[in-house]
Parts: sequence; structure tokens; C-alpha cells
Amino acid sequence: MRTVLAAIGAVAAIVGAIALLLLVGGYDTPRALGALWSGSVGSWYALTSATLVRAIPLMLTGCAIAVAFRAGVFNIGAEGQLLAGGAGAAAIALAMPNAGAIAVVLALVTGTLAGAGWAGIAAVLRERFGVLEVISTIMLNFIALYAVSFLVRGPLQEPTHAYPQSSSIAAAARLARLPGAGRLHLGLVIALIIVIAVGWVLRHTASGFRMMAVGENSAAAASAGLIDVRRVTSLAFLASGALAGLAGGIEVLGVTYALYEDLSPGYGYTAIAVALLAGLDPWRVVITAFLFAALEAGAGAMQRDAGVPSTLVAVIEALLILGVVAAQALRVRRVRVLHTTDVIVPESAT
Amino acid sequence: MTIAPPALAFEHVSKRFGSVVALNDVSLRVDAGEVHALLGENGAGKTTLMHVAFGMAAPDAGGVRVHGQRVDIAMPSDAIALGIGMVHQHFTLVPAMTVAENLVLGGRGVLRRDVMSAAVREIARVTGFALEPDALVETLSVGAQQRVEIAKALARKARILILDEPTAVLAPAEAEDLLRWIREFAAAGNSVVLITHKLNEALAAADRVTVLRQGRVVHSGAASDTSARELTVAMIGQDADASAATATIASAAESASLAASSDVAVLVARQMTVQDGAGRVCVRDASLVVRAGEIVGIAGVEGAGQHELLRALAGRSTIASGSLDRPARVGFVPEDRHRDAVLLDRPLTDNVALRDAGRRRGRMPWAELRVRTSALVQDFDVRAPSIGATMRTLSGGNQQKLVLAREMTDAMAEEPTSGIASPALQALVVENPTRGLDVRATAEVHARLRAARDRGTAVVMYSSDLDEVFALATRIVVMRAGTLSEVPLDRDAVGRAMLGTT
Repeated sequence: MRTVLAAIGAVAAIVGAIALLLLVGGYDTPRALGALWSGSVGSWYALTSATLVRAIPLMLTGCAIAVAFRAGVFNIGAEGQLLAGGAGAAAIALAMPNAGAIAVVLALVTGTLAGAGWAGIAAVLRERFGVLEVISTIMLNFIALYAVSFLVRGPLQEPTHAYPQSSSIAAAARLARLPGAGRLHLGLVIALIIVIAVGWVLRHTASGFRMMAVGENSAAAASAGLIDVRRVTSLAFLASGALAGLAGGIEVLGVTYALYEDLSPGYGYTAIAVALLAGLDPWRVVITAFLFAALEAGAGAMQRDAGVPSTLVAVIEALLILGVVAAQALRVRRVRVLHTTDVIVPESAT
Repeated sequence: MTIAPPALAFEHVSKRFGSVVALNDVSLRVDAGEVHALLGENGAGKTTLMHVAFGMAAPDAGGVRVHGQRVDIAMPSDAIALGIGMVHQHFTLVPAMTVAENLVLGGRGVLRRDVMSAAVREIARVTGFALEPDALVETLSVGAQQRVEIAKALARKARILILDEPTAVLAPAEAEDLLRWIREFAAAGNSVVLITHKLNEALAAADRVTVLRQGRVVHSGAASDTSARELTVAMIGQDADASAATATIASAAESASLAASSDVAVLVARQMTVQDGAGRVCVRDASLVVRAGEIVGIAGVEGAGQHELLRALAGRSTIASGSLDRPARVGFVPEDRHRDAVLLDRPLTDNVALRDAGRRRGRMPWAELRVRTSALVQDFDVRAPSIGATMRTLSGGNQQKLVLAREMTDAMAEEPTSGIASPALQALVVENPTRGLDVRATAEVHARLRAARDRGTAVVMYSSDLDEVFALATRIVVMRAGTLSEVPLDRDAVGRAMLGTT
């Protein structure tokens, strides 16, 4: 109940902030807000083909960030891992135009492994050489981007060599669309199953508990829990990369049907906000991913219909993240202050 | 005849935090040339009172006078300007900076190395501390860091020094040196407020003693007119809880005489050598046998290798050479529980679950873990709002009790798969088990350790407080520069062995 209220409050605050910015910017506010509504959830078409289609990669990458951050691994590289996954999946799907469902499965598995492998580079750098993952994963994002750029101008370029993109993936190797739901595809079902399963693993299994313990206090995890901290952080890193890689594979097989540079409009970065707003809980990521997807879909409509630059929505997203981080910091601080002022809270409470 | 006003005076100070009254009409005066000991259990309001003096907490009512002048201390810089210096329990030094850099931190203007070094030498000369201006703080021992912390206050011309539990982190000899220095500092016309848990220390070093309980002054008088017994009564009161705690101590002392250590060797180290993370040898050729039903007390000055020895015995670190026979699981209570033992922002249940996290497979048995946590909370009298409350909301004593409870029960053996009745814990290693705890919590922890011994657990305990080692140990092993030697239960012999004098 409190989560629902909080979500409603957040949405109200966001819409209020957008309205304020529109007014200040001198735009036609009612028209722009109308576009925001109709472009995101105002119609069945907008809901399925615009918002939910965007929610799929955000769910998976948001979940990827949640897993990593929980274990104290600051993987900022979901974007690069998504691109690696997209490239891997595209390569398999292009090579097997007539294999049908087998090609889809193989392509998605390859995409997942490619994402894990890309994260694995940063994991090795961290565990072996002590390279901060915040830096290495950002660097690897650019390497992934330029690697895709090379692939679509070289080995994977379409036969006419006119465009920097791969050929179109054969219809049989694509993810099926959901009937009666426009561009929405089977990826939604896959993403929901995976995210719910990951949430369950974090809550209910020993591996999930170890990740939380290591993220919370790695010294205590090692000393009191006899946990192999390096193993756990490496595992979290690989799992995180795998989820982001899967997002890339699904995006290629379900939406773009080809590999090109602008495969992702920054899903891997938005994912950080999605995960933080969800309190690093994969189940709540489903909701926050939908929220951000709706915002971005609505932003596109505002730009088309009311001439509002979509960067305005980026500003709102940034404000949202700041708000969440500040709220968390305040909460922690309030508890700390109580604790250090020589007042024993529990004894007076019992 | 004129009477000099007190250096520092609190007048009817009250302070509430939410519904909790931290200070209730507290008045206190500290004269020039006086060492004033401030005693009380955790949560009695000692630190809050000093925070008022240092501008870290604003009083709801009442005020502070410094040298007779009514002053408004809104932040620490105001206090420093008034000549008040505070040395916190947790040091506020920058480890990666030198001593000189730490001393000038917070100042203004141009940094000049030669001026800084000269200033440090001047303070070293005045205080008699050995301060090396260019030494990095992180390379110093805890005692030396504390001297830097004091020097920092004096560099800002403090004439009124507030020390929060200064001896808690020191070896006995260092503590004696510090207390002697405090007396000299006061004799020169300065004032010292000494916050402490240790009654004997207060009586020995202070001119006057004030006891706070539940935010009120319950005792104030000259140290020479006060006995340790009176102070104990003032601190914990004569309520039912206190007599229960006293009874626990009494029964524990009784059972001590009945304790029969057996011949079953539980922990056996032979020529064991242990290195620290940087590869330095910290324990050299140590041989030690710990039998079921005994408490082996380790004594040693800071940095003698006890830290590494305990971790090796507990199976928390690997040994470089030699051999160690130990049970598969050894309970371990490290001195820094916030760093090494608990997940502060997680519920009690998670903290109990942590115990077997490394070897657990498959699903977490949360229902079972909640039942076990409730049982431990009840058995060990852990005061907590609920088992779902985060560790951070518990007082230090209650956190420590939960850690002890977790480490002293053999959790995996209680799971149905084993099929046998839960055996007593075989071995327990504890390090400064009562650091930062008040009188009552300390007594409870001691009673638990004795109870474990009586049930046949092999216990190894180290404390930087030699009194605590003597209070608990069945025999004492002294550690000096990485080597072990068994010493009779005699204070002089142990002290000499610790310092290497014969």
C-alpha cells in the first residue's frame, strides 16, 4: 500500500515538474501534457508499441544494475554489455536465417553470454588488478560502441555497403509479436519471467543472500559469514552483464531486426535510475522501468506534437534520480544521528 | 577574597531527542586546574552533554558558561575559539596525511612546511609527546594517533580538554602514561573532562567525579570522598535489573571455582607462523593448546600480533607455516563489530543468517531463521524493537549480545539434516569482547563467556584491558613481538612479560 502511494506521489511530482518546466519554457503546456499522455499511456497503441516496447530493455538492464549494485559492484557498463549482447545475437541470427526457433534461442543465449563476457573483462580487471569498475565499465561502453560501429561497416555490413548497418534478420529468426498488441513482442514475456526469477533468487537463495551481504559489508561477509567475497562479486558482475546482454539480444531480435550503432538510446544509463528508484529490488524494477519507458515515449510525442525538446524529459529524469538519492541519504542520516547521540532507542522503545 | 569562576559550567541543561530525554536539568562545574571524571552507562547522556559544550548539539533549555561568561556555542569552531578541545572516541584524523598536516587542518593561509614542523616540535616540547612532524598518521599506533589528536586540540590553544573514553583503545602502560599526562596538564591550570566507563581510572585520575544516569546527575563529589562501590550503585541504580545483573555476576563467579577443564585439546597450534596482508610476519612459531572448558587469556601490548593470532585460530586467515588443528567451525567475536561482524542496515534475522552464509546451498530457510533469531534474542536478552529491526537501531551492548549469541550457538548442527542433538560449541575466539559496553552489558557478556566455558567450550580471549583478562582467564599467555609465552596468573609477571622486562 505504501509503495503504491509512493508511486502515485512520484508520478504526480513528475507531472507537476514537467508542467512547471513547460510553463517556464513558454510552451503550450496543455497541448504538451496532452501529447505526453497520448504518447505514453493514452491509447492502446501508445501503451503497447511505444511504452511497453521501451520497458523491455529497461526492465532487463535495470535488473542488471540492481544485481550488481546490491553486491557492491558499481557496474556502469550496462550500455556496453547491451551492445555486446546485441552484436552477438545479430551475428547468430544473421548466420542462421532458416533455423527458426533454434536460431532465436541460440541468438539470445549468445547475446547473454556476450554481455557476461563483456562484463567479465571489467570483473577480471577489478579482481586481478584492482581497477575500479566505475571507470573500466564506462571505458568499455565506448569500446563496445566503436566495436559495433566497426562491425556494421565491416564484417556484418549489409551487402550493398551503402549503410552502416547489418542486413535485416530473417523473419523466422525474429521474436514473434504479441497478437493484437502492435509492435509489442515476446520479449516482454521473457523479460518479465527473468526479472521475477532474479528477484526471487535474490530474496530466497543463499547466493542472493551472499550478494546482499557482500554489498552491505564485505569485511563482515568474509569474517562472520566465511563468504568468498571475490567469487560473489565476480558472479554478480557476470550475472549483471548477462542480463544486459540479453536485453541487447531481445532488442535486436524484437525491435530493430538489424544491428546498427544507435541500437540503444542510452537504456544502459537510464537503467541506473530505474534500479535506484526501485531500491535495487528487481520486482520493483518492473514498475520503475514502466515509468521511465512511459516518460521517454511521452517525451517523443511532446517533441513531435508540441515542439518541446525531449531533453526536457532528461532533465526530469535527472531530478528524479537526485530526489531518490537525497531521500535515501536523509533516511540513513536520520538513523545515524539518533544512534550517535548517546540515546538508546530500542531500550526506551521496549 | 575573590573566587575564580569555573572554567566550564553547565547550568540546568536539558535536551530531548524526540520522546527521549537525553539530558534533564544537568548542572556541572569544572574548575581551572581540575580533572573532572564523567561516568555513566551507555545512554546516560555523557556524550550528549559534551556535545553541548562542543557545539554539536544545541540544548533545549539551560546554558553554558566559560570562565564565567554566558556563551552561545553553535558549532565546534565556536567551542575551539573559546579554548575548548575535544578528543572523540573515534579519531578525526586524516590517515593519509602527516602529523603536521593534520595539526594545521582547518586553519587558514599559506602552508609552509618549516613553520608547520616548528609548530609540531613546539607542541611536542610543551606536552612531552614524541611527535614526528613528517610521519604519516596511518603508520602510527593507536596510542600515538591519540597523542596527535590531543596535540591537535592543543595546537588550537585549548585550555579545556574533553576526552571521550581515551583509555579504551590503549594498552595498560599507555593508559597510565596518558592519565599521568592528564594530571600534569591540569596541574598547569588547565581543565580536563574525562569521560570513562572505568571506575578505578576515574577515582585515580580525577579530582571530582560526576555520575549521570538517564540524563540526570545522580552523584557529584570529590574523588577522594567516593568509593568504587558508591559509584557502581550510582551508575546502575538499585533497581531490579541491576540486582539481576549483580546476581548473574555472583553466580558466574561461583561456578568459576567449579569449572573443571578437561584434557580434550580442541585448538592445537604447532610452530604456527602468520603473516599480515602486507606479508609481514606477525606471529612467529607459536605453539598453543586450548582445551575444552578453559578460557585462555591472551595479554599483549597493541600490535604484538594478537590480532593476527586470533584470526588464524578462528580460521579467518591462513597460516604461512606450521600447523593448526581446529574444529570445522570456530565462533569468532572480533573487536570491531561494525566492520567485521554485522550488517548495520539489515535486520537482526539477516545478521543471524550471516553465520552460515558461506557454506549454505539452495534456498534460505527464512522461516527457520526467524524462529532461531527470536530464540537467540530471548536467550541472550537482546533488547530490540523486533527481529525485523535493523542492527543500527540497537545499542552497542545489544549488538554485541546478538553477535555473541550468533557465534556461540552451533547453528548448522541444529538443522534437521544432522539428526543428532546439538552439541555444545567446540571453540570460541573473542577479541576485546566488551569494548564500548557499559557496566551491565559487560557483566552479561562475561557471564556468557563463563557459561560457554562451563559447557565445555574451548575459549580464547584477548582484551586490551588487563583487568578483563584476569577476570576471565583460567590461564594467561602473553604475546610479545609475535611470540607466545605462558605466564603464571600474576599481575607483575604478566606485566613484565608484556613489556619484555625481567
